[in-house]
Amino acid sequence: MTPQTAIAFSPEQLAEVRRLQGLYPDKRGALLPVLHMAQDTFGYVSLEAEEYVAGLFDLSPAHVHEVVTFYTLYFQQPKGRHIVAICHNLSCTLAGAKDLLAHVKRRLGVEPGETTADGRVTLQSVECLCACEAAPMAQVDDRYELNLTPDKIDRILEGLR
Amino acid sequence: MAETVLMRNFERANSHTLAVYRGAGGYGAWEKAKAMEPAAITEAVKQSNLRGLGGAGFPTGMKWSFIPKNHTGPVYLVVNADEGEPGTFKDRYLLERDPHSLIEGMLIAARAIRCALGFVYIRGEYVQPWRRFSAAVKEAYDAGLLGQGFDVVVHRGAGAYICGEETGLLSSLEGKKGWPKIKPPFPAIKGAFGQPTIVNNVETLCCVPPIVDRGAAWFAGLGTKTQGGTRMYSVSGRVKRPAVYEAPVSITLRQLLERAGGVTGTGRLKAVVPGGGSAAILTADEIDVTMDVDGLRNAGTMIGSAGVMVMDESVSIPEALLVLARFYAHESCGQCTPCRESTGWIYKMVHRLVEGHGHKDDLDTILDVAKRGAGTTICAFYDGAVGPYVSYIEKFRGEFEALIRK
Repeated sequence: MTPQTAIAFSPEQLAEVRRLQGLYPDKRGALLPVLHMAQDTFGYVSLEAEEYVAGLFDLSPAHVHEVVTFYTLYFQQPKGRHIVAICHNLSCTLAGAKDLLAHVKRRLGVEPGETTADGRVTLQSVECLCACEAAPMAQVDDRYELNLTPDKIDRILEGLR
Repeated sequence: MAETVLMRNFERANSHTLAVYRGAGGYGAWEKAKAMEPAAITEAVKQSNLRGLGGAGFPTGMKWSFIPKNHTGPVYLVVNADEGEPGTFKDRYLLERDPHSLIEGMLIAARAIRCALGFVYIRGEYVQPWRRFSAAVKEAYDAGLLGQGFDVVVHRGAGAYICGEETGLLSSLEGKKGWPKIKPPFPAIKGAFGQPTIVNNVETLCCVPPIVDRGAAWFAGLGTKTQGGTRMYSVSGRVKRPAVYEAPVSITLRQLLERAGGVTGTGRLKAVVPGGGSAAILTADEIDVTMDVDGLRNAGTMIGSAGVMVMDESVSIPEALLVLARFYAHESCGQCTPCRESTGWIYKMVHRLVEGHGHKDDLDTILDVAKRGAGTTICAFYDGAVGPYVSYIEKFRGEFEALIRK
Protein backbone atom coordinates (compact mmCIF):
# COMPACT_ATOMS: atom_id res chain seq x y z
CA MET A 1 0.00 0.00 0.00
CA THR A 2 1.09 3.54 -0.57
CA PRO A 3 2.54 5.24 2.50
CA GLN A 4 0.03 7.21 4.52
CA THR A 5 0.18 10.89 3.64
CA ALA A 6 -1.27 13.60 5.82
CA ILE A 7 -5.06 13.57 5.81
CA ALA A 8 -6.04 16.97 4.44
CA PHE A 9 -7.92 18.33 1.42
CA SER A 10 -6.28 20.84 -0.93
CA PRO A 11 -7.52 24.47 -0.87
CA GLU A 12 -9.53 23.73 -4.05
CA GLN A 13 -11.12 20.72 -2.39
CA LEU A 14 -11.94 22.73 0.70
CA ALA A 15 -13.67 25.27 -1.51
CA GLU A 16 -15.65 22.38 -3.04
CA VAL A 17 -16.59 21.17 0.46
CA ARG A 18 -17.94 24.62 1.29
CA ARG A 19 -19.83 24.75 -2.02
CA LEU A 20 -21.41 21.36 -1.33
CA GLN A 21 -22.32 22.35 2.21
CA GLY A 22 -24.01 25.48 0.88
CA LEU A 23 -26.33 23.41 -1.34
CA TYR A 24 -28.23 21.97 1.61
CA PRO A 25 -30.49 23.72 4.14
CA ASP A 26 -28.22 22.18 6.79
CA LYS A 27 -24.59 21.70 5.82
CA ARG A 28 -24.63 18.17 7.21
CA GLY A 29 -26.54 17.19 4.05
CA ALA A 30 -23.18 17.30 2.26
CA LEU A 31 -21.68 14.61 4.49
CA LEU A 32 -22.17 11.70 2.06
CA PRO A 33 -20.74 13.59 -0.95
CA VAL A 34 -17.78 14.80 1.11
CA LEU A 35 -17.12 11.26 2.34
CA HIS A 36 -17.08 10.15 -1.32
CA MET A 37 -14.49 12.90 -1.92
CA ALA A 38 -12.46 11.77 1.08
CA GLN A 39 -12.42 8.19 -0.18
CA ASP A 40 -11.42 9.25 -3.70
CA THR A 41 -8.62 11.39 -2.27
CA PHE A 42 -7.25 9.24 0.54
CA GLY A 43 -8.02 5.78 -0.92
CA TYR A 44 -10.34 4.75 1.88
CA VAL A 45 -12.05 6.29 4.89
CA SER A 46 -9.70 5.71 7.80
CA LEU A 47 -10.48 6.72 11.37
CA GLU A 48 -8.15 9.69 10.78
CA ALA A 49 -10.16 10.67 7.69
CA GLU A 50 -13.39 10.38 9.68
CA GLU A 51 -11.96 12.70 12.32
CA TYR A 52 -10.83 15.16 9.67
CA VAL A 53 -14.23 15.18 7.94
CA ALA A 54 -15.97 15.49 11.31
CA GLY A 55 -13.99 18.69 11.86
CA LEU A 56 -15.27 20.11 8.56
CA PHE A 57 -18.86 19.53 9.69
CA ASP A 58 -18.57 20.39 13.40
CA LEU A 59 -19.67 16.84 14.13
CA SER A 60 -18.23 14.36 16.57
CA PRO A 61 -16.08 11.67 14.91
CA ALA A 62 -18.54 9.11 16.33
CA HIS A 63 -21.35 10.56 14.21
CA VAL A 64 -19.22 10.32 11.08
CA HIS A 65 -18.15 6.78 12.00
CA GLU A 66 -21.80 5.81 12.37
CA VAL A 67 -22.45 7.01 8.82
CA VAL A 68 -19.32 5.48 7.28
CA THR A 69 -20.08 2.07 8.75
CA PHE A 70 -23.72 2.14 7.62
CA TYR A 71 -23.07 2.30 3.87
CA THR A 72 -21.42 -0.36 1.71
CA LEU A 73 -19.56 1.98 -0.66
CA TYR A 74 -17.25 3.43 2.00
CA PHE A 75 -14.15 1.35 2.66
CA GLN A 76 -12.70 1.42 6.15
CA GLN A 77 -9.59 -0.48 5.09
CA PRO A 78 -7.26 0.04 2.13
CA LYS A 79 -8.83 -1.44 -0.99
CA GLY A 80 -7.42 -2.73 -4.24
CA ARG A 81 -6.75 -0.44 -7.18
CA HIS A 82 -9.89 -1.90 -8.75
CA ILE A 83 -13.16 -3.15 -7.33
CA VAL A 84 -14.92 -6.10 -8.92
CA ALA A 85 -18.42 -6.42 -7.42
CA ILE A 86 -20.38 -9.40 -8.67
CA CYS A 87 -24.14 -9.28 -8.18
CA HIS A 88 -25.49 -12.33 -6.35
CA ASN A 89 -29.15 -11.42 -6.14
CA LEU A 90 -32.01 -13.38 -7.69
CA SER A 91 -31.98 -12.60 -11.42
CA CYS A 92 -28.19 -12.89 -11.58
CA THR A 93 -28.36 -16.17 -9.67
CA LEU A 94 -30.96 -17.44 -12.16
CA ALA A 95 -28.44 -16.57 -14.89
CA GLY A 96 -25.49 -18.35 -13.32
CA ALA A 97 -23.94 -15.81 -10.94
CA LYS A 98 -22.88 -18.54 -8.52
CA ASP A 99 -20.67 -20.21 -11.12
CA LEU A 100 -19.38 -16.82 -12.28
CA LEU A 101 -18.36 -15.88 -8.75
CA ALA A 102 -16.67 -19.27 -8.25
CA HIS A 103 -14.75 -18.72 -11.49
CA VAL A 104 -13.58 -15.23 -10.46
CA LYS A 105 -12.58 -16.47 -7.00
CA ARG A 106 -10.37 -19.12 -8.62
CA ARG A 107 -8.89 -16.63 -11.09
CA LEU A 108 -8.04 -14.07 -8.46
CA GLY A 109 -7.30 -16.49 -5.62
CA VAL A 110 -9.32 -14.45 -3.15
CA GLU A 111 -12.69 -14.66 -1.40
CA PRO A 112 -15.29 -11.84 -1.55
CA GLY A 113 -14.15 -9.02 0.73
CA GLU A 114 -10.48 -9.78 0.08
CA THR A 115 -7.84 -8.03 -2.05
CA THR A 116 -5.30 -9.77 -4.25
CA ALA A 117 -1.79 -9.88 -2.77
CA ASP A 118 -0.52 -7.42 -5.40
CA GLY A 119 -3.18 -4.89 -4.38
CA ARG A 120 -4.71 -5.00 -7.84
CA VAL A 121 -8.30 -6.14 -7.22
CA THR A 122 -10.74 -6.23 -4.33
CA LEU A 123 -13.47 -8.81 -4.97
CA GLN A 124 -17.00 -8.31 -3.68
CA SER A 125 -20.23 -10.25 -3.87
CA VAL A 126 -23.03 -7.69 -3.75
CA GLU A 127 -26.79 -7.24 -3.69
CA CYS A 128 -28.93 -6.25 -6.68
CA LEU A 129 -27.27 -3.60 -8.87
CA CYS A 130 -30.47 -3.29 -10.91
CA ALA A 131 -29.26 -4.42 -14.30
CA CYS A 132 -31.16 -7.71 -14.21
CA GLU A 133 -31.94 -7.57 -17.94
CA ALA A 134 -28.25 -8.26 -18.56
CA ALA A 135 -27.63 -10.91 -15.91
CA PRO A 136 -25.23 -12.07 -14.73
CA MET A 137 -23.47 -8.77 -14.27
CA ALA A 138 -20.89 -7.01 -12.16
CA GLN A 139 -19.75 -3.52 -11.36
CA VAL A 140 -16.08 -3.03 -12.17
CA ASP A 141 -15.02 0.31 -10.66
CA ASP A 142 -17.45 2.85 -12.18
CA ARG A 143 -18.70 0.63 -15.00
CA TYR A 144 -21.49 -1.91 -15.25
CA GLU A 145 -20.25 -5.01 -17.10
CA LEU A 146 -23.21 -6.87 -18.53
CA ASN A 147 -24.12 -10.35 -19.79
CA LEU A 148 -20.97 -11.84 -18.30
CA THR A 149 -19.46 -15.20 -19.22
CA PRO A 150 -16.23 -16.66 -17.81
CA ASP A 151 -14.41 -15.58 -21.00
CA LYS A 152 -15.79 -12.07 -20.86
CA ILE A 153 -14.90 -11.52 -17.21
CA ASP A 154 -11.43 -12.98 -17.85
CA ARG A 155 -10.80 -10.35 -20.52
CA ILE A 156 -12.07 -7.61 -18.19
CA LEU A 157 -9.85 -8.83 -15.35
CA GLU A 158 -6.82 -8.92 -17.66
CA GLY A 159 -7.43 -5.27 -18.49
CA LEU A 160 -7.18 -4.20 -14.85
CA ARG A 161 -3.69 -3.00 -13.97
CA MET B 1 -49.24 -2.33 -29.83
CA ALA B 2 -50.12 0.12 -27.11
CA GLU B 3 -48.91 3.67 -26.96
CA THR B 4 -45.43 4.48 -25.69
CA VAL B 5 -45.47 7.29 -23.15
CA LEU B 6 -42.51 6.92 -20.78
CA MET B 7 -40.15 5.33 -23.29
CA ARG B 8 -41.21 7.58 -26.18
CA ASN B 9 -37.73 9.05 -26.61
CA PHE B 10 -35.56 6.03 -25.88
CA GLU B 11 -34.82 5.12 -29.48
CA ARG B 12 -33.76 8.62 -30.54
CA ALA B 13 -30.03 9.16 -30.97
CA ASN B 14 -28.68 11.29 -28.11
CA SER B 15 -32.07 11.20 -26.40
CA HIS B 16 -30.35 12.36 -23.19
CA THR B 17 -29.51 15.79 -24.60
CA LEU B 18 -31.56 18.94 -24.29
CA ALA B 19 -31.54 19.58 -28.05
CA VAL B 20 -33.03 16.18 -28.87
CA TYR B 21 -35.52 16.37 -26.00
CA ARG B 22 -36.67 19.80 -27.12
CA GLY B 23 -36.83 18.64 -30.73
CA ALA B 24 -39.30 15.98 -29.65
CA GLY B 25 -41.53 18.55 -27.98
CA GLY B 26 -39.81 18.44 -24.61
CA TYR B 27 -40.46 21.23 -22.08
CA GLY B 28 -43.70 22.03 -23.91
CA ALA B 29 -45.65 20.73 -20.92
CA TRP B 30 -43.62 22.99 -18.64
CA GLU B 31 -44.54 25.98 -20.81
CA LYS B 32 -48.18 24.97 -20.44
CA ALA B 33 -47.85 24.39 -16.67
CA LYS B 34 -46.35 27.86 -16.16
CA ALA B 35 -49.71 29.30 -17.20
CA MET B 36 -51.60 27.04 -14.78
CA GLU B 37 -52.45 27.69 -11.15
CA PRO B 38 -50.52 25.32 -8.84
CA ALA B 39 -53.78 23.84 -7.54
CA ALA B 40 -54.90 23.16 -11.10
CA ILE B 41 -51.75 21.10 -11.76
CA THR B 42 -52.36 19.01 -8.65
CA GLU B 43 -55.98 18.58 -9.67
CA ALA B 44 -54.95 17.36 -13.13
CA VAL B 45 -52.58 14.81 -11.58
CA LYS B 46 -55.40 13.65 -9.28
CA GLN B 47 -57.76 13.28 -12.23
CA SER B 48 -55.13 11.32 -14.18
CA ASN B 49 -55.23 8.54 -11.55
CA LEU B 50 -51.43 8.50 -11.49
CA ARG B 51 -50.23 6.28 -8.65
CA GLY B 52 -46.69 6.18 -7.33
CA LEU B 53 -44.51 3.83 -9.37
CA GLY B 54 -41.73 3.34 -6.82
CA GLY B 55 -43.46 0.69 -4.77
CA ALA B 56 -46.32 1.85 -2.57
CA GLY B 57 -48.71 2.88 -5.34
CA PHE B 58 -50.05 5.89 -3.45
CA PRO B 59 -52.11 8.38 -5.53
CA THR B 60 -49.62 11.08 -6.54
CA GLY B 61 -51.98 14.05 -6.73
CA MET B 62 -53.36 13.24 -3.30
CA LYS B 63 -49.82 13.09 -1.89
CA TRP B 64 -49.07 16.53 -3.31
CA SER B 65 -52.24 17.94 -1.75
CA PHE B 66 -51.03 16.99 1.75
CA ILE B 67 -48.55 19.91 1.83
CA PRO B 68 -50.00 22.23 4.49
CA LYS B 69 -51.72 25.20 2.84
CA ASN B 70 -50.73 27.67 5.54
CA HIS B 71 -47.04 26.74 5.57
CA THR B 72 -44.81 29.78 5.06
CA GLY B 73 -41.34 28.19 5.14
CA PRO B 74 -39.60 26.15 2.44
CA VAL B 75 -41.11 23.06 0.80
CA TYR B 76 -38.85 20.44 -0.77
CA LEU B 77 -39.26 18.01 -3.64
CA VAL B 78 -37.14 14.89 -3.35
CA VAL B 79 -36.78 12.42 -6.20
CA ASN B 80 -36.24 8.84 -5.17
CA ALA B 81 -33.70 7.52 -7.68
CA ASP B 82 -32.34 5.04 -5.18
CA GLU B 83 -33.45 2.14 -7.34
CA GLY B 84 -32.57 -1.06 -5.51
CA GLU B 85 -35.52 -3.41 -5.43
CA PRO B 86 -34.28 -6.78 -6.73
CA GLY B 87 -35.48 -7.27 -10.29
CA THR B 88 -36.03 -3.57 -11.06
CA PHE B 89 -34.06 -1.47 -13.54
CA LYS B 90 -36.49 1.00 -15.13
CA ASP B 91 -35.30 4.18 -13.41
CA ARG B 92 -31.77 3.51 -14.65
CA TYR B 93 -33.13 3.68 -18.21
CA LEU B 94 -35.01 6.91 -17.54
CA LEU B 95 -31.98 8.60 -15.94
CA GLU B 96 -29.69 7.55 -18.78
CA ARG B 97 -31.98 7.88 -21.78
CA ASP B 98 -34.45 10.62 -20.88
CA PRO B 99 -33.08 12.70 -18.00
CA HIS B 100 -34.83 15.85 -19.21
CA SER B 101 -38.25 14.27 -18.84
CA LEU B 102 -37.46 13.90 -15.13
CA ILE B 103 -36.27 17.50 -14.89
CA GLU B 104 -39.44 18.67 -16.67
CA GLY B 105 -41.57 16.55 -14.32
CA MET B 106 -39.75 18.09 -11.35
CA LEU B 107 -40.32 21.64 -12.64
CA ILE B 108 -44.06 20.99 -12.97
CA ALA B 109 -44.33 19.22 -9.60
CA ALA B 110 -42.37 22.01 -7.92
CA ARG B 111 -44.81 24.58 -9.28
CA ALA B 112 -47.74 22.51 -8.02
CA ILE B 113 -46.38 22.28 -4.47
CA ARG B 114 -44.76 25.76 -4.45
CA CYS B 115 -41.25 24.42 -4.02
CA ALA B 116 -37.99 26.21 -4.81
CA LEU B 117 -35.50 23.42 -4.13
CA GLY B 118 -35.45 19.84 -5.28
CA PHE B 119 -33.06 16.99 -4.55
CA VAL B 120 -32.45 13.93 -6.69
CA TYR B 121 -31.14 11.05 -4.60
CA ILE B 122 -29.37 8.61 -6.95
CA ARG B 123 -28.05 5.32 -5.63
CA GLY B 124 -24.27 5.40 -5.22
CA GLU B 125 -23.64 2.49 -7.56
CA TYR B 126 -25.36 4.31 -10.45
CA VAL B 127 -22.26 6.25 -11.51
CA GLN B 128 -23.12 6.44 -15.21
CA PRO B 129 -26.77 7.46 -14.62
CA TRP B 130 -25.53 10.03 -12.11
CA ARG B 131 -23.14 11.53 -14.66
CA ARG B 132 -25.82 11.54 -17.35
CA PHE B 133 -28.39 13.15 -15.11
CA SER B 134 -25.92 15.70 -13.73
CA ALA B 135 -25.00 16.71 -17.28
CA ALA B 136 -28.69 17.19 -18.12
CA VAL B 137 -29.14 19.36 -15.01
CA LYS B 138 -26.22 21.50 -16.14
CA GLU B 139 -27.79 21.86 -19.60
CA ALA B 140 -31.08 22.87 -17.98
CA TYR B 141 -29.30 25.52 -15.90
CA ASP B 142 -27.43 26.85 -18.94
CA ALA B 143 -30.72 27.09 -20.84
CA GLY B 144 -32.38 29.00 -17.99
CA LEU B 145 -34.87 26.22 -17.27
CA LEU B 146 -33.44 25.74 -13.79
CA GLY B 147 -32.23 28.49 -11.49
CA GLN B 148 -35.27 30.67 -12.23
CA GLY B 149 -37.11 30.02 -9.00
CA PHE B 150 -36.36 26.31 -8.86
CA ASP B 151 -32.99 24.71 -8.13
CA VAL B 152 -31.96 21.08 -8.32
CA VAL B 153 -29.28 19.37 -6.24
CA VAL B 154 -28.10 15.96 -7.44
CA HIS B 155 -27.15 13.80 -4.48
CA ARG B 156 -25.30 10.48 -4.61
CA GLY B 157 -26.09 7.76 -2.10
CA ALA B 158 -23.47 5.41 -0.71
CA GLY B 159 -24.91 1.91 -0.89
CA ALA B 160 -27.88 0.92 1.29
CA TYR B 161 -31.16 -0.59 0.06
CA ILE B 162 -33.08 0.94 2.96
CA CYS B 163 -32.48 4.43 1.55
CA GLY B 164 -35.08 3.59 -1.08
CA GLU B 165 -37.63 3.75 1.75
CA GLU B 166 -38.73 7.37 1.63
CA THR B 167 -37.94 8.36 5.22
CA GLY B 168 -34.70 6.35 5.22
CA LEU B 169 -33.83 8.32 2.11
CA LEU B 170 -34.54 11.60 3.89
CA SER B 171 -32.30 10.61 6.83
CA SER B 172 -29.55 9.81 4.36
CA LEU B 173 -30.07 13.08 2.48
CA GLU B 174 -29.63 14.87 5.81
CA GLY B 175 -26.18 13.28 6.17
CA LYS B 176 -27.15 10.55 8.59
CA LYS B 177 -27.30 6.78 8.43
CA GLY B 178 -30.40 5.79 6.48
CA TRP B 179 -32.73 4.98 9.33
CA PRO B 180 -36.44 5.28 8.48
CA LYS B 181 -38.44 7.68 10.62
CA ILE B 182 -41.59 7.04 12.61
CA LYS B 183 -44.75 8.18 10.82
CA PRO B 184 -46.69 10.30 11.48
CA PRO B 185 -45.56 12.95 10.86
CA PHE B 186 -45.49 12.04 7.18
CA PRO B 187 -42.88 13.76 4.98
CA ALA B 188 -45.53 16.05 3.46
CA ILE B 189 -45.89 17.58 6.94
CA LYS B 190 -42.34 17.20 8.27
CA GLY B 191 -39.81 15.78 5.85
CA ALA B 192 -36.32 16.73 4.65
CA PHE B 193 -34.54 19.02 7.12
CA GLY B 194 -37.79 19.25 9.10
CA GLN B 195 -39.77 20.91 6.29
CA PRO B 196 -42.78 19.71 4.27
CA THR B 197 -41.44 17.42 1.57
CA ILE B 198 -42.82 15.42 -1.32
CA VAL B 199 -40.86 12.29 -2.18
CA ASN B 200 -41.65 10.88 -5.63
CA ASN B 201 -40.10 8.10 -7.68
CA VAL B 202 -38.31 8.91 -10.96
CA GLU B 203 -40.86 7.15 -13.19
CA THR B 204 -43.78 8.77 -11.36
CA LEU B 205 -42.46 12.26 -12.11
CA CYS B 206 -41.72 11.30 -15.72
CA CYS B 207 -45.47 10.69 -16.12
CA VAL B 208 -46.26 14.29 -15.18
CA PRO B 209 -45.23 16.11 -18.41
CA PRO B 210 -47.37 13.83 -20.62
CA ILE B 211 -50.31 14.33 -18.23
CA VAL B 212 -50.04 18.12 -18.48
CA ASP B 213 -49.34 17.96 -22.21
CA ARG B 214 -52.08 15.58 -23.29
CA GLY B 215 -54.59 15.85 -20.48
CA ALA B 216 -55.59 13.94 -17.38
CA ALA B 217 -58.47 12.16 -19.10
CA TRP B 218 -56.21 10.77 -21.81
CA PHE B 219 -53.75 9.43 -19.19
CA ALA B 220 -56.49 7.98 -17.01
CA GLY B 221 -57.96 6.30 -20.08
CA LEU B 222 -54.75 4.38 -20.72
CA GLY B 223 -55.12 2.37 -17.52
CA THR B 224 -57.75 0.84 -15.27
CA LYS B 225 -60.54 2.47 -13.29
CA THR B 226 -58.29 3.02 -10.27
CA GLN B 227 -54.90 3.61 -11.90
CA GLY B 228 -54.08 5.65 -14.95
CA GLY B 229 -51.33 5.37 -17.50
CA THR B 230 -48.74 2.94 -18.64
CA ARG B 231 -45.71 1.87 -16.65
CA MET B 232 -42.34 0.29 -17.23
CA TYR B 233 -42.10 -3.39 -16.36
CA SER B 234 -38.60 -4.72 -15.73
CA VAL B 235 -38.67 -8.34 -16.88
CA SER B 236 -35.78 -10.67 -16.09
CA GLY B 237 -34.93 -14.22 -15.13
CA ARG B 238 -35.82 -17.16 -17.32
CA VAL B 239 -37.40 -15.35 -20.27
CA LYS B 240 -36.24 -15.16 -23.85
CA ARG B 241 -35.95 -11.36 -24.04
CA PRO B 242 -35.24 -9.86 -20.62
CA ALA B 243 -35.74 -6.09 -20.91
CA VAL B 244 -37.84 -3.18 -19.77
CA TYR B 245 -41.31 -3.16 -21.38
CA GLU B 246 -43.79 -0.32 -21.30
CA ALA B 247 -47.43 -1.35 -21.20
CA PRO B 248 -50.78 -0.08 -19.94
CA VAL B 249 -51.25 -1.13 -16.30
CA SER B 250 -54.17 -3.29 -17.44
CA ILE B 251 -51.82 -5.78 -19.15
CA THR B 252 -51.92 -9.26 -17.65
CA LEU B 253 -48.85 -11.04 -16.37
CA ARG B 254 -49.39 -13.73 -18.99
CA GLN B 255 -49.40 -11.14 -21.79
CA LEU B 256 -46.28 -9.52 -20.39
CA LEU B 257 -44.42 -12.85 -20.36
CA GLU B 258 -45.49 -13.38 -23.98
CA ARG B 259 -44.06 -9.98 -24.92
CA ALA B 260 -40.80 -11.00 -23.28
CA GLY B 261 -40.65 -13.99 -25.62
CA GLY B 262 -41.85 -16.65 -23.22
CA VAL B 263 -40.11 -18.89 -20.73
CA THR B 264 -36.62 -20.29 -21.32
CA GLY B 265 -34.86 -23.10 -19.46
CA THR B 266 -37.26 -26.02 -19.55
CA GLY B 267 -39.81 -23.78 -21.27
CA ARG B 268 -42.32 -24.58 -18.55
CA LEU B 269 -43.16 -21.87 -16.05
CA LYS B 270 -42.92 -22.63 -12.36
CA ALA B 271 -43.34 -19.26 -10.68
CA VAL B 272 -43.12 -15.50 -11.15
CA VAL B 273 -42.22 -12.68 -8.80
CA PRO B 274 -44.48 -9.90 -10.12
CA GLY B 275 -43.28 -6.75 -8.35
CA GLY B 276 -39.67 -6.90 -7.18
CA GLY B 277 -38.03 -9.14 -4.58
CA SER B 278 -40.41 -8.07 -1.83
CA ALA B 279 -43.55 -9.21 -3.66
CA ALA B 280 -45.19 -12.52 -2.78
CA ILE B 281 -44.53 -15.14 -5.47
CA LEU B 282 -47.17 -16.32 -7.96
CA THR B 283 -47.42 -19.87 -9.27
CA ALA B 284 -47.79 -20.73 -12.97
CA ASP B 285 -51.56 -20.97 -12.43
CA GLU B 286 -51.81 -17.43 -11.08
CA ILE B 287 -50.57 -15.32 -13.99
CA ASP B 288 -53.93 -14.22 -15.39
CA VAL B 289 -53.82 -11.10 -13.22
CA THR B 290 -53.70 -7.50 -14.35
CA MET B 291 -50.43 -5.75 -13.52
CA ASP B 292 -51.90 -2.72 -11.76
CA VAL B 293 -51.76 -1.85 -8.06
CA ASP B 294 -55.19 -3.24 -7.24
CA GLY B 295 -55.04 -6.26 -9.54
CA LEU B 296 -52.03 -7.67 -7.75
CA ARG B 297 -53.23 -6.60 -4.32
CA ASN B 298 -56.38 -8.65 -4.93
CA ALA B 299 -54.14 -11.57 -5.92
CA GLY B 300 -52.45 -11.45 -2.51
CA THR B 301 -49.20 -9.92 -3.75
CA MET B 302 -48.11 -6.49 -4.95
CA ILE B 303 -46.97 -4.66 -8.06
CA GLY B 304 -44.32 -2.82 -6.03
CA SER B 305 -41.72 -1.48 -8.45
CA ALA B 306 -42.93 -3.79 -11.26
CA GLY B 307 -39.80 -5.93 -11.28
CA VAL B 308 -40.88 -9.23 -12.82
CA MET B 309 -38.60 -12.20 -12.20
CA VAL B 310 -39.43 -15.43 -13.99
CA MET B 311 -38.58 -18.96 -12.86
CA ASP B 312 -38.95 -22.06 -15.02
CA GLU B 313 -39.55 -25.54 -13.65
CA SER B 314 -35.86 -26.26 -13.14
CA VAL B 315 -35.45 -23.45 -10.58
CA SER B 316 -35.24 -24.48 -6.93
CA ILE B 317 -37.66 -22.33 -4.93
CA PRO B 318 -35.79 -22.92 -1.63
CA GLU B 319 -32.57 -21.71 -3.28
CA ALA B 320 -34.38 -18.66 -4.64
CA LEU B 321 -35.68 -17.91 -1.14
CA LEU B 322 -32.17 -18.34 0.24
CA VAL B 323 -30.91 -15.59 -2.09
CA LEU B 324 -33.65 -13.23 -0.93
CA ALA B 325 -33.28 -14.18 2.75
CA ARG B 326 -29.58 -13.31 2.53
CA PHE B 327 -30.55 -9.99 0.93
CA TYR B 328 -32.98 -9.05 3.72
CA ALA B 329 -30.54 -10.11 6.44
CA HIS B 330 -27.85 -7.94 4.84
CA GLU B 331 -30.05 -4.91 4.17
CA SER B 332 -32.04 -4.70 7.42
CA CYS B 333 -30.97 -1.35 8.86
CA GLY B 334 -31.02 -2.75 12.40
CA GLN B 335 -33.27 -0.13 13.91
CA CYS B 336 -36.26 -2.33 14.83
CA THR B 337 -35.71 -5.55 16.77
CA PRO B 338 -38.26 -7.78 14.97
CA CYS B 339 -36.69 -7.01 11.59
CA ARG B 340 -33.06 -7.07 12.68
CA GLU B 341 -33.42 -10.39 14.52
CA SER B 342 -35.90 -12.20 12.27
CA THR B 343 -34.12 -11.47 8.99
CA GLY B 344 -30.89 -12.86 10.46
CA TRP B 345 -32.46 -15.95 11.98
CA ILE B 346 -34.63 -16.75 8.98
CA TYR B 347 -31.59 -16.50 6.70
CA LYS B 348 -29.74 -18.97 8.92
CA MET B 349 -32.68 -21.37 8.94
CA VAL B 350 -33.25 -21.27 5.18
CA HIS B 351 -29.52 -21.75 4.70
CA ARG B 352 -29.60 -24.79 6.96
CA LEU B 353 -32.57 -26.21 5.04
CA VAL B 354 -30.93 -25.75 1.65
CA GLU B 355 -27.72 -27.36 2.96
CA GLY B 356 -29.74 -30.44 3.94
CA HIS B 357 -29.50 -29.92 7.70
CA GLY B 358 -33.06 -28.74 8.28
CA HIS B 359 -35.22 -29.95 11.14
CA LYS B 360 -38.78 -31.09 10.60
CA ASP B 361 -40.34 -28.15 12.45
CA ASP B 362 -38.14 -25.49 10.78
CA LEU B 363 -40.75 -24.53 8.20
CA ASP B 364 -43.41 -23.82 10.81
CA THR B 365 -40.86 -21.95 12.91
CA ILE B 366 -39.93 -19.71 9.96
CA LEU B 367 -43.59 -19.04 9.19
CA ASP B 368 -44.31 -18.28 12.83
CA VAL B 369 -41.35 -15.93 13.24
CA ALA B 370 -42.07 -14.22 9.92
CA LYS B 371 -45.74 -13.59 10.63
CA ARG B 372 -45.24 -12.41 14.20
CA GLY B 373 -42.97 -9.57 13.09
CA ALA B 374 -45.23 -8.34 10.30
CA GLY B 375 -46.65 -4.90 10.96
CA THR B 376 -44.53 -4.29 14.05
CA THR B 377 -41.75 -2.18 12.55
CA ILE B 378 -41.19 1.47 11.68
CA CYS B 379 -41.07 0.97 7.91
CA ALA B 380 -42.33 -1.49 5.30
CA PHE B 381 -38.97 -3.24 4.81
CA TYR B 382 -39.79 -6.16 7.08
CA ASP B 383 -43.29 -6.59 5.66
CA GLY B 384 -41.57 -6.74 2.28
CA ALA B 385 -39.40 -9.60 3.52
CA VAL B 386 -42.39 -11.47 4.94
CA GLY B 387 -44.01 -11.54 1.48
CA PRO B 388 -41.40 -13.91 0.03
CA TYR B 389 -40.74 -15.86 3.28
CA VAL B 390 -44.38 -16.85 3.65
CA SER B 391 -45.43 -17.22 0.02
CA TYR B 392 -42.43 -19.26 -1.11
CA ILE B 393 -42.89 -21.73 1.74
CA GLU B 394 -46.69 -21.89 1.65
CA LYS B 395 -46.95 -22.25 -2.13
CA PHE B 396 -44.00 -24.62 -2.58
CA ARG B 397 -43.98 -26.41 0.76
CA GLY B 398 -43.32 -29.79 -0.83
CA GLU B 399 -40.02 -28.57 -2.26
CA PHE B 400 -38.87 -27.41 1.16
CA GLU B 401 -40.03 -30.61 2.87
CA ALA B 402 -38.10 -32.70 0.34
CA LEU B 403 -34.92 -31.08 1.67
CA ILE B 404 -35.56 -32.27 5.21
CA ARG B 405 -34.33 -35.75 6.10
CA LYS B 406 -37.08 -37.82 7.59
